[in-house]
Amino acid sequence: MSEKRKELAEVLSNREISAGIYDMWVRTDEIAGFAVPGQFVSLYCTDGSRLLPRPVSICEISTDKQAVRLVYRIAGKGTEEFSKLMSGDGIQLAGPMGNGFPQKAGASFLIGGGIGIPPMLELAKRLEGEKQIVLGFRDEQFLVEDFKKYGPVCIATEDGSAGTKGNVLDAILENGLKAERIYACGPLPMLRALKEYAAKKGMECYVSLEERMACGIGACLGCVCKSKKTDLHTNVKNKRICKEGPVFEAGEVEF
Amino acid sequence: MNLAVDIAGVTLKNPVMTASGTFGSGEEFSEFIDLNQLGAVVTKGVASIPWEGNPTPRVAEVYGGMLNAVGLQNPGIDVFLKRDIPFLKKYDTKIIVNVCGKSAADYCEVVERLSAEPVDLLEINISCPNVKEGGIAFGQSADSVEAITKEIKRYAAQPVIMKLSPNVTDIAQMARAAEAGGADAISLINTLTGMKIDIWKRTFALANKTGGLSGPAIHPVAVRMVYEAARAVKLPVIGMGGIIDAEGAIEMMLAGASAVSVGTANFRSFAVMEEIVDGILEYLRKQGISDVKELVGAVR
Repeated sequence: MSEKRKELAEVLSNREISAGIYDMWVRTDEIAGFAVPGQFVSLYCTDGSRLLPRPVSICEISTDKQAVRLVYRIAGKGTEEFSKLMSGDGIQLAGPMGNGFPQKAGASFLIGGGIGIPPMLELAKRLEGEKQIVLGFRDEQFLVEDFKKYGPVCIATEDGSAGTKGNVLDAILENGLKAERIYACGPLPMLRALKEYAAKKGMECYVSLEERMACGIGACLGCVCKSKKTDLHTNVKNKRICKEGPVFEAGEVEF
Repeated sequence: MNLAVDIAGVTLKNPVMTASGTFGSGEEFSEFIDLNQLGAVVTKGVASIPWEGNPTPRVAEVYGGMLNAVGLQNPGIDVFLKRDIPFLKKYDTKIIVNVCGKSAADYCEVVERLSAEPVDLLEINISCPNVKEGGIAFGQSADSVEAITKEIKRYAAQPVIMKLSPNVTDIAQMARAAEAGGADAISLINTLTGMKIDIWKRTFALANKTGGLSGPAIHPVAVRMVYEAARAVKLPVIGMGGIIDAEGAIEMMLAGASAVSVGTANFRSFAVMEEIVDGILEYLRKQGISDVKELVGAVR
């Protein structure tokens, strides 16, 4: 039996934590029990004009409460619908989808940029070994206090309102930070810079990629990325982000 | 109560099947639903060699529908024969293989490779709007529809379903051309060519600029075209386009479809096809009809 399932989950809480960014806990039957850091869930809209599930990364997992925490940005009408959900409301949820971050021992960077920050939290909680957390924001910060529970946090802001003025790599360089490996999720320019940095320094690098999805389970081939080698399943140089990803070893994919 | 239908001599346990391209070869969906409950699985199009498809973004949602420009990415017939057919053989459902190609020779090669395989029906995609030479070139003129059908029929061991494009002026003419070429059945509609623009980024939502529109937004167009095509030919018609519930499936059958395909709705609900089968059964019961075949073309 597959670990993936679709459930009617119950919203436990849902509040805005930064402009346009919402923090929602939902109680599942079994999804939370199977989920690992880096995986995502598909959220379904109630409005019938919106057919496609929205992929949202899992920010935190509570196996005690059988709940998952989803921190998402309003990006359109679907996420706007989710933002109006109240405690006690139901929401259709499928997952856990995709593969999470491989958790390895040793010193690691956990790097999140913008709405790529949330999935790094559960990883920060579970990962063993030395952790250096680096978070990049445009301006307003969120989730910083949650991360501080699991390791030292460096911040970069584009407008210089806090931490290093610039991006996450600027913060790493300014603070002279070092690690053996990078785990990252965020905008493509950030991930490209980190991939290049890791290659130069001979570090391992795992990135979580994002793409417009339709089915969310690997059937429709809507959300592929280019791969370095021919993929075992697709038999072309494409990997399905929803199925083989969203986490990839940076060298195996082109982005 | 009989739910079984007949397509070109092949009996399906019920009239509900998947729509090509939305369901892979069923493996991913089998984690959520029981493929044994389906009348048939129609596979994603397969070509003679692997195709990489289009750049991303390949999909975009629109009101009541979606656009896709996947571009017929597929692993090629070698991998398909080794992996996908043995997978589907484990289930008690009919196997319909959708075939795509860039030339008549491409189609014929795949059809010939499938001739000795345990495949029940072939569906020929001459209507993909997202690949210039990947079908639509064959599907938009009556002469080429007839010619490609004839050519494919020379190589096909299984009955051939020609999948027609809605992006034509006169669908009845295309249906007659397929019939004249020797098709055993027709299926329609493939997606309607559409476009979405992201007003904030001032760019196209799809890398391909245009894509195929599917989902409930196209359903009334599909019903009209199925009606026109079914009246134009004697062949069995497989109706598809925006079916999201039993009502939509029954409408299609009343318009003249012998069976229906469900595509985009699978993305919204894994259970939708099983619900449609149940819903058809309930409708027959309420209407006092003992055989689903009585619905086919009942509205004239």
